[in-house]
Amino acid sequence: MALTLISTHTASASATLDITSGIDSTYDVYEFHYVNMHPASNQVDFTFQVNASGGSGFNETMTTTFFYNQHGEAGGGVSGPAYYASMDQAEGTGYQALNYETGYDADQSISGILTLYDPSSTTYLKHFIGRSHNAQGDDMAVNGFVAGYINTTSAIDEISFAFDSGNIDAGVIKMFGVS
Amino acid sequence: MGLTLISTHTASSDATLDITSGIDSTYNEYQFYFVNMHPSADSKKLRMIASSDGGSSYGIATTTNVFQAYHNEADDATSLSYNSSTDSDASTSEITIGDSTGYDNDQACSGLMTLYAPSSTTYVKHFTAQIHQSSGSDYANNTYVAGYVNTTSAVDALQFSFDVGNIDLGTIYMYGVS
Repeated sequence: MALTLISTHTASASATLDITSGIDSTYDVYEFHYVNMHPASNQVDFTFQVNASGGSGFNETMTTTFFYNQHGEAGGGVSGPAYYASMDQAEGTGYQALNYETGYDADQSISGILTLYDPSSTTYLKHFIGRSHNAQGDDMAVNGFVAGYINTTSAIDEISFAFDSGNIDAGVIKMFGVS
Repeated sequence: MGLTLISTHTASSDATLDITSGIDSTYNEYQFYFVNMHPSADSKKLRMIASSDGGSSYGIATTTNVFQAYHNEADDATSLSYNSSTDSDASTSEITIGDSTGYDNDQACSGLMTLYAPSSTTYVKHFTAQIHQSSGSDYANNTYVAGYVNTTSAVDALQFSFDVGNIDLGTIYMYGVS
């Protein structure tokens, strides 16, 4: 079995879910499976940032891309596949959106997988690739695709997940190592 | 779903990385994780070519489609588009699975390719790949490739390379999915 569960993190009205251990040189590839992340506020973006070893705060520099498809329950709202420039970063230090405008109805949430490559490298910048599906606040199915690199040669050993406003009301993140 | 590590292939100034064993009927699905594939020359494309004779020869006609999203550090270029310059139509040469990768010390490409039922003697061989590159011009480049190796013979070997120069460094992990 080469997909090893390292840790499970459960939100309960949490401002952030921070994973501060277990990201090291044990694995070359890490997968973060986030399941039914439910926001406390309506139409908020689920995001992540990382912290370099020895650094302070979740504020590493990233260059990223984001594109999506969407379709509404009423048959309208069809859009994409399209690039969404306001969701990317160019050497930004903010939290990177994994998708946009998750709804906060009782049955709405976002789920997906974020893959982080070789976070402990001190040679290369750090590639990541994510795909998620989102029940958007206006009752749209939104399929989001994010990728990019964290532009540091320092090892990354911590990651933080949050909505861009309000708490993570509920949800589970499982961190796996691929070996 | 279980992932079983079959083999690990580490490049060190190699023209190619050839996987000539372990691709057989044991698994219906194989996954190849690419970790920090670093070219010896700037802005080079990661490529793949298949064999049905254990790697004695390569060059089975392969057809692919490619699209990608990119964004640069200078924040003056973004795109989501089909890339007709990197797709292949029944090509018997290497096909692109990752676009332009820079060769600065911190640049490389990483991602995942999935190959379905390579040992089938009924169907063509489907594969999908998503590779992320830090390009030579300081772009984040997210490349999606999919296609089929157009043979009903079993595919039992794959060769990976950059389009120019060596694979300076990098690791490929091959898994079976069961």
